[in-house]
Amino acid sequence: MRDAGLDRRAGLDRRALVAGILDRRGDAAVVAGLGSPAWDCHAAGDSPLNFYFWGAMGGAAMLGLGVALAQPARRVLVVTGDAEMLMGVGSLATIAAQAPSNLALLVLDNEAFGETGRQAGLTRRSTDIAAIARGAGIDAAFTVGGEVGEGAGGTDVDALAGTLFEKEGPVLCVAKIALSAESGSYPPRDGVLLQARFRAALAGD
Amino acid sequence: MSDVSTVDDPDIPQHRDAEDSNVADWGEQVFRSLPGLGIRHVATVPDAGLGRFLELCDADPAIRLITLTTEEEGIALACGTWLGGELAAVAMQSSGVGNVVNMLGLPNVCRIPCLLLVSMRGEAEERNPWQVPVGRAVPDLLAALGVEVFRPESASGVAPAFVEAAAQARQAGCPAAVLVSQRIIGAKSFTSED
Repeated sequence: MRDAGLDRRAGLDRRALVAGILDRRGDAAVVAGLGSPAWDCHAAGDSPLNFYFWGAMGGAAMLGLGVALAQPARRVLVVTGDAEMLMGVGSLATIAAQAPSNLALLVLDNEAFGETGRQAGLTRRSTDIAAIARGAGIDAAFTVGGEVGEGAGGTDVDALAGTLFEKEGPVLCVAKIALSAESGSYPPRDGVLLQARFRAALAGD
Repeated sequence: MSDVSTVDDPDIPQHRDAEDSNVADWGEQVFRSLPGLGIRHVATVPDAGLGRFLELCDADPAIRLITLTTEEEGIALACGTWLGGELAAVAMQSSGVGNVVNMLGLPNVCRIPCLLLVSMRGEAEERNPWQVPVGRAVPDLLAALGVEVFRPESASGVAPAFVEAAAQARQAGCPAAVLVSQRIIGAKSFTSED
């Protein structure tokens, strides 16, 4: 299944992209899907307002929706991978129906299962997550970084951050990232620690 | 597993015998328990057995009824609302318990309270054999995954069990489920009117 061509595919620098976006987060809550998106968020700077998944694949978007519904005044950004989003793809319909104005999703799409050996993912072939999201009813769903040869500098990170943190939600951005081998940047893996500090930062108890 | 006959909430009718209780009332009683439990979000893949409860939730502007594509979404959603400060309920048919298995790792490992209301199929008088395998496995599945299971024995025991399950979930930091048996709900008949 491994395709050596994947390694050469052009795409955005995931660490630079996530760091650039989270630099503008303010007091937003960040929910990171399992694997490299969680490492990206951690590498950008750990925060009690980050909740990282280490498992429960497919749950990031819905956990983000739950936070957004319980805390309507708080901006919530879900950062997750293409396969994690596809495992919970029905969540896009559920989110569209609830129409949370404070929820945004950033899908880091490297078209591969980066964490398990770089097996080719479904978005490498015919699947377009932004189009699925629009079909589900999330009108503000779009893709950046899809042009061949476009690097991190090809996307206006400031403008993208503004969209993710300020535009009326729900918003979904698929960022076509390079299939890269970043170093691990691991958050705590104790779920009780992660939930307790996140909840205290959000809800105060 | 327990059948609870008393709770402190005066809104919930107490000590009613199954014989003189309208079986549809349990859904209303569970609905009426929601404000006292601080529950404003109810997520569901609908089931006929949950019909009265869901209808009341849908009609109440204070409750947000969240329709899901699959029940596992509800587990992640309920974890999110709790992280945001609120307990949520997830209502599903027993077959949906088969869909939530991996997602239950989330509230387990993070010790997050969440509350499941499960309408059972595949029990006595079931007329659809496809409902039997997962229905039969539900109590064992939930127990194996660290979910506290409550099995009220009568319609009047459902709401008290729901209240106790919520308290247990909060106190123990775990998922808790109330299984509403097919005997309480009544078996689906599959007549032309179904």
